[in-house]
Amino acid sequence: MSIDNVASAKANSNIEQPFAALGLKPDEYERIKEILGRRPTSSELAMYSVMWSEHCSYKSSKVHLRQFGSKVPANDSMLVGIGENAGVVDIGDGWAVTFKVESHNHPSYVEPYQGAATGVGGIVRDIISMGARPVAVMDPLRFGAPDHPDTRRVVNGIVAGIGGYGNCLGLPNIGGELIFDPSYQGNPLVNALCVGTMKHEDIHLAKASGVGNAVILYGARTGGDGIGGVSVLASETFDADGPAKRPSVQVGDPFMEKLLIECTLEVLHAGLVEGIQDLGGAGISCATSELASNGEGGMHVWLDRVLLRDSTLSPEEILMSESQERMCAVVEPNKVDAFLDVCRKWDIEAVVIGEVNSSGRLTVDWHGEQIVDVPPRSVAHDGPVYERPLARPTWMDARQADAPTPERLARPTTAAQVRETLLLMVAAPNLASKTWVTSQYDRYVRGNTVLAQPEDSGMIRVDEVTGRGIAVSTDCNARFAALDPYRGAQLAFAESYRNVAITGARPLAVTNCLNFGSPEDAGVMWQFEQAVTGLADACLDMGTPVTGGNVSFYNQTGDVAIHPTPVIGVLGVIGDVANRTGMEWKTAGESIYVLGVTRDELAGSEWAHEIHGHLGGLPPVLDLNVEKALAEVLIQGSQDGVLSAAHDVADGGLAQAFIEMALRADRGATISIPANIDPFVFMWSESASRAVVVVPEHHEQALASLCSGHGVVATRVGSVDDSSELIFSGVYGESVKATIDELRSTSEAVLPALFG
Amino acid sequence: MAIVVVDVALKPEILDPQGRAVQGALGRLGLHGVTDVRQGKQFVLTIDGEVTADKLDEIKKIAETLLSNPVIEDFTVEVKA
Amino acid sequence: MSSRIGVVTFPGSLDDRDAIRAVTLAGAEAVSLWHADATLQGVDAVVLPGGFSYGDYLRCGAIARFAPVMEPLIKAARDGMPVLGICNGFQILCESHLLPGALTRNDHLHFICRDQRLQITNTTSAWTSNFDMNQEIVVPLKNGEGGFVADERTLDQLEGEGRVIARYLEVNPNGSRRDIAGICNEAGNVVGLMPHPEHAVEALTGPTVDGLGFFTSVLKSLVDNGKVLA
Repeated sequence: MSIDNVASAKANSNIEQPFAALGLKPDEYERIKEILGRRPTSSELAMYSVMWSEHCSYKSSKVHLRQFGSKVPANDSMLVGIGENAGVVDIGDGWAVTFKVESHNHPSYVEPYQGAATGVGGIVRDIISMGARPVAVMDPLRFGAPDHPDTRRVVNGIVAGIGGYGNCLGLPNIGGELIFDPSYQGNPLVNALCVGTMKHEDIHLAKASGVGNAVILYGARTGGDGIGGVSVLASETFDADGPAKRPSVQVGDPFMEKLLIECTLEVLHAGLVEGIQDLGGAGISCATSELASNGEGGMHVWLDRVLLRDSTLSPEEILMSESQERMCAVVEPNKVDAFLDVCRKWDIEAVVIGEVNSSGRLTVDWHGEQIVDVPPRSVAHDGPVYERPLARPTWMDARQADAPTPERLARPTTAAQVRETLLLMVAAPNLASKTWVTSQYDRYVRGNTVLAQPEDSGMIRVDEVTGRGIAVSTDCNARFAALDPYRGAQLAFAESYRNVAITGARPLAVTNCLNFGSPEDAGVMWQFEQAVTGLADACLDMGTPVTGGNVSFYNQTGDVAIHPTPVIGVLGVIGDVANRTGMEWKTAGESIYVLGVTRDELAGSEWAHEIHGHLGGLPPVLDLNVEKALAEVLIQGSQDGVLSAAHDVADGGLAQAFIEMALRADRGATISIPANIDPFVFMWSESASRAVVVVPEHHEQALASLCSGHGVVATRVGSVDDSSELIFSGVYGESVKATIDELRSTSEAVLPALFG
Repeated sequence: MAIVVVDVALKPEILDPQGRAVQGALGRLGLHGVTDVRQGKQFVLTIDGEVTADKLDEIKKIAETLLSNPVIEDFTVEVKA
Repeated sequence: MSSRIGVVTFPGSLDDRDAIRAVTLAGAEAVSLWHADATLQGVDAVVLPGGFSYGDYLRCGAIARFAPVMEPLIKAARDGMPVLGICNGFQILCESHLLPGALTRNDHLHFICRDQRLQITNTTSAWTSNFDMNQEIVVPLKNGEGGFVADERTLDQLEGEGRVIARYLEVNPNGSRRDIAGICNEAGNVVGLMPHPEHAVEALTGPTVDGLGFFTSVLKSLVDNGKVLA
């Protein structure tokens, strides 16, 4: 069969083309014809269809995401901004850091192990392509109801896939999230974050410059993996019955990826590379069009030179293939041999597939026939942009009015009931020990992990001489976002910001993974717009720019969308990791303080969810000035050595925070509940901007002056002791006790019982 | 007593990293001319009594749902003795 | 002159940097060795680090065992050079038949990463001479295929000859026979260990600094054996 080439596209302009089956709308197809002045060839149609898909073009989100660029706080640490594979920030001492989080949601529902594995692989290649060495990964995960029959399959596959790939790659897994909510049934969220470090001079960008330079494709061979996977998988919602279609699944090869990391860093450090790009969604189509449009000229590609795993692939399929573990580099002609030598050293196949030229066009040949001739920008950057209709859902009023008052949701009112609630909450799958998951991940490799789960942030030592390091946290309480997406996104950001500050690191930059339902639903689009605006406003206020991110739409089954889930990652820097504050209260006699104010705020709380299955009311109030003041106390307290331990107060309230600190230390404490607050509210409210801190006696004065200096309310609530019991006194006139053993065995039994 | 052997292998179009690693080692050890290696799994089921057509159907069902992952793998079922 | 200790990098080695750091902290000079070079560069001892050489795709260590660097290494080990195989390195030593037995998939079928309590049960091998007999230590353990297996005769022989160098305490994390965490060869110069002492050499990043003992032990035995001047 003959190949549809540019000449025949000019000659037969009016044949029917399957643009709709490829996901293009009629007006989008017309626009392609307008750009080209003729109908596209089948290969051009393949390229446009993948590159103009929601996943690659951000066509529904672009108009809103612009806020991250326009509301940029004055912050001179930003070295590379949004738009590149990942943003880059300066952390001092000549070091730069890049980090990004991406979703791999739909593929992980279809084939959990490979979907999650290739999600890790993809984000790691994003980081390498900036010139950075990946140094850690984190995985925020969300699943359906823990007792739903399908959840076990999805949880086991995804956790094994992340471990199987990340462990074999040699990257410590230092944190993440694990959340269950029926909202994610059929739409699990697998978000993968990677952070990489480099010296300033090693920053590389994805652009093809220099006429005559070679374009080299290296790494794994190209096969029929996930052909159209990005546009088809990421843009289709599933039937309620589950994955009926069996799309071609991408399989990850972490061993190849490990070699690709070492090989890429070696060619970059040897100065052999002008521009570099990873191959992810939309494969060669994406890499060549992005490289060409970011450079100043054009590019020609001999597609028949691409090394294939399956020789029967058509040129359209080769352009769209999403085979994993491939990279594309632009190399000066006199450095090509040296480049190929490094590839050989690492047993990596490489071939020159193209050349940079001054044509201003991206042209592709297949065995001597020209099959693509397009302006590269029209493929990579000038895709359609939609201002989709948005409307506040009519049910929002009723949901917000349904507040969890004592009349609406029964609260414990005696010490016995409080103890019963305490044990129920410890066993809540969202609060229980995550060890069953995190013990399947390597947190030690590379020897620079200073903090990892269950600590509030992961912390990595960057410079082994100076001790300079970074802390990273990701957070989102999607129930808050469901109650108010604007404030929910701000609360997610605030929690992540706080988790970084708690370790003693100063928050510097923000990334995000915005998981939402269908953008074609005006209600979902309104949630999205609200969340983006909330995040952009908060970042401007707090002085932390958004350096990059990812949008995942169509997370819904039928008409039912997931809770809006804007996962926010915050990165901070610490001058010397030896000063970090951990969550373990180590020493008997030290005082325990609550920083911040506890109000009757139970809407969207874990208590309302776990005990009552309730979601209604307004999320906790958030004052960013208060959040900032709290962070200053935590950072200063860490630097000055005032704090011996600190822990965030979020899901499960103060009760959960105390329990987690006691379990981490294997040591008890007595907490006296202040007389001016209802004991139940004290224990399980989820008011924002709070932390538990522990100080030795000789630093109590220093803490007091630090707090008063920043206007932070500090309340002494008890002290650490040598016992093996956590005691709450002043609970409706009595004391509530739980032994550490009892709490531990309850907490640690939950996940193995469900999924082990 | 009968033996039923179920062979499971990745579909031809799916990448087999294991097979590729072994293929590379074969070349280094001097066995040349091997153009492809695919690694699979074999399950040997010992069945009490005769393998009737119904029984075989049941086994095929299990091979499809449990022993293999039809998203990425093919299987064959063979009755031996 | 300080001792020179080689650390081999195979394709897929992951803990090579960590092994180099541990060797350096112990006071030796670390020398990077490359799998494809059939030379040991005159080092006094060698560490085969953890990781997933060749993706662990055939059997763990099965492909790395045939790397060019292994030829001089196997010869040197038979001649008495101290060799420590950690995790994947242990698997490579078993595949090379420098150590008996084999490592199989964890009995619970999951990869496991935990802080593991061990008891040192041999203080005469090249890599354990700085410990006290029955000393308890805590070092990270992380493996998917760490279950040590051998036939009963071999297990009896290992125990009878005092060649079990460390045992798991409290929890057997992978189903290893007789709680064996590490063994040595008859001469005591070749040691295989499933847990990772190189991850327990700094208080900042490890659960303890107990792991340093393996690396200071080899320095001591090199001096004792006259290989290196004190």
